[in-house]
Order: sequence, then C-alpha cells, then structure tokens
Amino acid sequence: MLHTVNKSSFERNSLQSCVNIIDDSSVILLIEDGVISATNNTQSSIVSDLASQGRVYALQGDLEARGISSKVADNIKVVDYAGFVDLVVEHGTPVSWV
Amino acid sequence: MSTKKFMYLNRKAPYGTVYALESLEVVLIAAAFEQDVSLAFIDDGVYQIVDGQKTDGIGMKNFSSTYRALGDYDINKLYVSKESLDERGLSEDDLMPLVYEDEDDDWAEKPSVFVVSNAELSKIMSDQDVCLSF
Amino acid sequence: MADILGAPVDEEGFLVNLTDWTKDIAVEMAKGDDIDLSDEHWEVIDFLREYYEEYQIAPAVRVLTKAIGKKMGKDKGNSKYLYSLFPYGPGKQGCRFAGLPKPTGCI
Repeated sequence: MLHTVNKSSFERNSLQSCVNIIDDSSVILLIEDGVISATNNTQSSIVSDLASQGRVYALQGDLEARGISSKVADNIKVVDYAGFVDLVVEHGTPVSWV
Repeated sequence: MSTKKFMYLNRKAPYGTVYALESLEVVLIAAAFEQDVSLAFIDDGVYQIVDGQKTDGIGMKNFSSTYRALGDYDINKLYVSKESLDERGLSEDDLMPLVYEDEDDDWAEKPSVFVVSNAELSKIMSDQDVCLSF
Repeated sequence: MADILGAPVDEEGFLVNLTDWTKDIAVEMAKGDDIDLSDEHWEVIDFLREYYEEYQIAPAVRVLTKAIGKKMGKDKGNSKYLYSLFPYGPGKQGCRFAGLPKPTGCI
C-alpha cells in the first residue's frame, strides 16, 4: 500500500502515526511539508529504518521549493511526478495522512 | 503617531500552508505605517528564508525573492532561532544572505539576518509592544 | 470581462495575466487616462517591471520614490515628480501601465 504524508514531523505526528500502523509491504511518499522529514534532522529517525529498506520516497518538486534537495537523508528515494504516478500504479490509490 | 515595536513570528514552512505568504503580505502592508518592525523565524518557519528555493516543480509563485526587498521597506531585523536551525540540520550558511542599505551610513550594505538562541529571542520578544504569530 | 487589446483586465483595469503585457497595452491604458507616455514615463515603467522581476512584488510608493532617487537622482526621486507623471499615483497607475498587480497594501 502507498501512504502519502504532507505534514512536517516538527508540526504534526502524522508521519509517526503512519509509521506505527502500516504493514511490511507498505511504502511512504513524503510530499508538500512532509518532505522536511526526508532531510537529515532530529526527526529523521522516524523513517530511518523504513528508508534503509528502500520504502521511503520524497517528491522532488517539494524538496526544491523549500531549498532542501541537497539535504536528503541516506536511502530516501527522490521521485518526480512521473515517479509518483509509478508508485500509484504499483501500490494502488494512496492513503493520505494529513 | 507614536512608534510601536511590532514582531511577526513565523512558525510554518513555506508553500505547504499559506501562513508564510500571508505573514509576508501583512508585513509589507504594515511597513507603510512606519513602525519598528522585526521578524522572527522559529520552528519550521526557518525554511521560509532558506536559500535556493525553486518552485517550478510545484507550480507556485516563488516568493522567497520578496524577502530580499524587506530592506527597502526598512525591515532589517530578522531573528532566526539557532535551536530551530540545529534541530533541522540547517545552519546560517543555508539561509539567504539578506542585507539592507543603511541610509545613514552612505548606503553601506549590512546584514539583516541574526541567528540567536531561544533565550535571546525570548528577551527580544518580551521587549515588543505587539507580537503577531503566523 | 473587460479587456485591453485582447488582454483581460480586472475591475480596476489591472492585467489579469502578467505575461499578457506589451508596450502597446501600456500605451493603450495610458490613452484611456489621457496620458501620452513620454521617455520619463517609460523610465519609471521599466523600473517597476525590473523591480517586480527581481522581488516578485510591486513596490510601495515610498520604496519606489527612494529607489528611483537612488538610481536616477534626487530631482526624480520625489513624489511631486512621480505624481506629475502618474497623477493617479505612481504606485497604482504606474503599476497598472507596467502590467503589474496593484502594490501590496495599496488601497
């Protein structure tokens, strides 16, 4: 299953809630302010395990808009909108964690 | 009209919500009233003045360049929380090098961004007449 | 919706799409206000467009006056001179001719 998170982990616990509940076959795509959690910071540990399994993605346009595309943490996969579509094709309609 | 000290507190990242842009517009409007205005960037608000923002990919207006005009509006005290930067793996080098031209010093360019500790920021805040949070 | 030379404008006569702007549109807008655009007008219009390009906002009158004075000299950097060119306000009228939105905070 595909899960999108659009809130910063410094603002809301959406990402933590998502990580707590999803199963082993699920992947997470960070979008909008959610991409803040894709960079190296004190909240990075929330997704570091999942990222090391290749299950965390971040949307390129949202990283660039915030000037943080050079700060993406290890193992997080950066995708563009076409990549977003590919994820939907592979995993089905996303669940939005708002 | 007596001059009051206004501080605008910015706590949200840009683009994901409308707070950052709204705050900036209010700041520019309020600048017409010639008050003593300062801005504070704490929490995710620090992302508002990160250098190198490019919004082509999300189809939104890149308003980061507008922060560079603040000096023209005599807004030249932008305080950034050191702790908020640290938590986010950011440093002063990641911020836009915002400056203003000092009319009283032959238009010399001077920095407008000041990275301060939360303790210092709290002192600056307690010195304000009005604090508006976005 | 009203238009000028085919480009849509809002109820106050400002261009809806900034990219529609041409010099002919500026001339046409000025004509509607009984103004023949001179080199002095164009100097200010060009300045406004450059300012917008750089900062993504139309400058407030105070900022415009100061900046023009710095760039073109004190004899032009004052509101008397700018209002003589743009009687409805260098911010409001000037920005409209320049194809920019109304300056932030301008009523």
